[in-house]
Amino acid sequence: MTEELLAPDVIDRVLAEAVSRGGQMAEIFCEDRTSRSALLDDGRVEELSSGQERGAGIRVIVGETTGFAHTADLSEAGLLEAARVAASVASDGGGTTTIVGLEPKRSYGARASVLHDEVPTADKLALLRQADEAARSASGSISQVQVSYGEGRRRILVASTEGTYASDDQVRSRFNVVAVALGDAGLQTGHESHARTEGFEMFDAIDVEELAKTAAGRAVAKLLARPAPSGEVPVVLAGGSGGVLFHEACGHGLEADHIVKDSSVYAGQLGELVASPLVTLVDDGTVAGEWGAYAVDDEGRPAQRNVLIENGVLTEYMWDWLRARKEGRSSSGNGRRETYQHLPMVRMTNTFLLAGDADPDEIVAQTPHGVYVAKLGGGQVNTATGDFVFGTNEAYLIEAGKITEPLRDANLIGNGPEVLRRIDAIADDFAMMPGTCGKDGQSVPVGCGQPTLRISGVTFGGTAA
Amino acid sequence: MSDLLELAEKVVARALPGEGLEAYAASGVETEIRVYEGDVESLSSASSAGIGVRIVTEGSEGFQVGFAWAGSLEPAAIDRALFEARANAAFSTPDPSVGLAEPDGVTPATISLRADSIESTSTDAKIALAKELDLRTRTGDPRIRQVDSADYADHVVETAIASTTGVRGLSERSSAYVSVSAIAGGADDTQTGSGYCVGRGPDDLSIEEAAQQAIERSVRMLGAVKAPSARLTAVFDPRVTSTLLSVIGQALSGEAVVKGRSFFEGRLGEMVAHPSVTLVDDPTVPEAFTAATFDGEGLACRRNVLIEGGSLRGFVYDTAAARRAGVQPTGSAMRGGYAGRPVAGCRALLLTPGSLSPDEILASVGEGLYVQSVTGVHSGVSPVSGDFSVGVDGLMIRDGQLAEPVREVTVASTLQAMLLAVAAIGSDLTYLPGVAAGMTVAISEMQLSGS
Repeated sequence: MTEELLAPDVIDRVLAEAVSRGGQMAEIFCEDRTSRSALLDDGRVEELSSGQERGAGIRVIVGETTGFAHTADLSEAGLLEAARVAASVASDGGGTTTIVGLEPKRSYGARASVLHDEVPTADKLALLRQADEAARSASGSISQVQVSYGEGRRRILVASTEGTYASDDQVRSRFNVVAVALGDAGLQTGHESHARTEGFEMFDAIDVEELAKTAAGRAVAKLLARPAPSGEVPVVLAGGSGGVLFHEACGHGLEADHIVKDSSVYAGQLGELVASPLVTLVDDGTVAGEWGAYAVDDEGRPAQRNVLIENGVLTEYMWDWLRARKEGRSSSGNGRRETYQHLPMVRMTNTFLLAGDADPDEIVAQTPHGVYVAKLGGGQVNTATGDFVFGTNEAYLIEAGKITEPLRDANLIGNGPEVLRRIDAIADDFAMMPGTCGKDGQSVPVGCGQPTLRISGVTFGGTAA
Repeated sequence: MSDLLELAEKVVARALPGEGLEAYAASGVETEIRVYEGDVESLSSASSAGIGVRIVTEGSEGFQVGFAWAGSLEPAAIDRALFEARANAAFSTPDPSVGLAEPDGVTPATISLRADSIESTSTDAKIALAKELDLRTRTGDPRIRQVDSADYADHVVETAIASTTGVRGLSERSSAYVSVSAIAGGADDTQTGSGYCVGRGPDDLSIEEAAQQAIERSVRMLGAVKAPSARLTAVFDPRVTSTLLSVIGQALSGEAVVKGRSFFEGRLGEMVAHPSVTLVDDPTVPEAFTAATFDGEGLACRRNVLIEGGSLRGFVYDTAAARRAGVQPTGSAMRGGYAGRPVAGCRALLLTPGSLSPDEILASVGEGLYVQSVTGVHSGVSPVSGDFSVGVDGLMIRDGQLAEPVREVTVASTLQAMLLAVAAIGSDLTYLPGVAAGMTVAISEMQLSGS
């Protein structure tokens, strides 16, 4: 698809209107989104859903104030009206802003070898049925299965009075299985999902039946689970079980909007040892195909690889245009927004801990007593205090260096800087996991990754005294 | 007649012979203001509109349904949504239970959910509210270090629904809120607290109340430490109770029950809660933030009794779940805007208040933990299994009064056990954003995990 979302001459006139009352910067963000999803539940393909949305958000910066308006009307008249509304925060009249001519456009095509539209719907639905059957046949205890398939394409164009002119075409695929198992002690659930920034070719690389069996296995294992422990224990997190630990323990706290407002425990800590020397943490929007990847961010800035923590030392924060401008530096390519109806803010992309050199099995063997978390769920953090939680979706006791009984789901709670210092072993394995990150009412796709690692002590929030 | 309802009816008129068609159109305007350190950080204003279309076709083995939506009311976008919904219907599994809602004669509540003050209040006056909130919070107590943000937002939305089965519904709702996030303390002891106030329009908002909440909730946490693990009675703040009820509400969805994804399945008529617990879903109470006249399928919203005197009485249903379960729909289809298909859910949960004030509840509990806020609800609470484990900020209760603050601890139990262990329900009914009202509630036998 090469059709231009907006013509360059229209962009010029809209940006000129946006700064005509005295703004220092104006930007137009145009988006065309299509999505399709299918849900198989209770053995039936319940409903296919298709959606389409197209519009533009215009922001005008006046001093420290951002004016913002959005419109689904992409005619020149509609855009000019949105520009005037966004510019209403500027009232001194008389524009003095020099409008830099648009740079040569940086244009990125869809990074998908098989576009979803080229695949018959029946082929997509066949995947749902395969997964449903595989989950149900995995165990007689499986009582319910829900499988969802999703595809999306998001074309964006960004242009600003500072010359930014870029477009991207982001194609994403996802597949998710939730299995319910019924036993004497009630119901338990197991999840597994896979999601990539690529086209239908994602399904060439994965086996949806295996994915379904994994979800079913998690639900069944928990039927016999004992209550999770209550109190501080050593915890081994399996590789890929969720870099969600780092996403919550420090990722959010390294977003520059929290830093410039001094509302993060990591503010003023650059160059300081903030984690175990084993820890090197990277946020990288350029990892091809990963769920949080893109060519340019939602401010037109190319994605880049940013080393946030190196050998335990805090080396960098993540920046968007607005916060970088405050500090007189450049953005790190982390300016993202959910849709054209939202203002951009600092967001993570793919955040992961680099692998170490320990053997994952050895780490377990050298843990006399503790908990092995095979799969993490989501989490949440208070960036100002650093306190964060993350949930388990599959966990086991470690007794005498061996993984033994399954545990019921619970949250773990810790304080970011403390937990990062307590990481005392990092393995040589590694896996990524897709997730949805929510911040200030906006959800964006992110990737999380980590090798198997051990935290010498963290509080497990179970019920077993 | 409303332009929006007329538009929905015109779309419905395009149904092919034998086809069921439902059109749900929404159109809204919103203003969002954020203030930081006395200045406007951002001001957003916008309008948006869209439509969701469901098409149902009948075959020999049952009905097939397809859905499509568009973020625009332009004719071309509607044409495409109709085309896509029709194409999608052909791929769903034929099912005798699916279909559009049939009008059931229940009259919608005559309640007004729209405040004119949103339009009559100038943008400058709305900015002034956010600035006042920022200033009052920053200067209200010397221990407040900073205010992370002070927000004002309002929203007016009109929704129209029409279908080939004769459903017609039009509603207009407005909402306004202010919220503030305060940070108290110095570098060695940082604590946060939020305050907010919600209403139909700016006139309903109390800036003082929101500022005081944020100040009190952050300042009283200063000096918080991890508490030792213990089994104790937890007293939930009204906001926490609201969160807890909304998860219980998910387990009371008739769809979850009929599909075997709720711990309430098969328990109708049983004592599932303490006899003091009576829980209804009642969107016709105008004070409820989520009050509504029509549900997501165009049926009148109504009062549904879910738990009465501790006994499980019923669930909430949309049309498809009701047919599957062999019962009548309860006007409880929820919809996440025009882009969402209807699903059964609780909209405005109301736990019948008790007679004790919050102070009286603390006195009656004696020793325990007061839970001011919880985290990790989506990762640690399951409406399927009932497993419950959340992170907590709060204060110990000693000698019947709030004592030292605690942080970085969790409380855990199961939803099933917690409902039976309700020890007191407060009289302090508070309508909050979200699908449940709140009040102070005490629950015994909770496990605190800490040091």
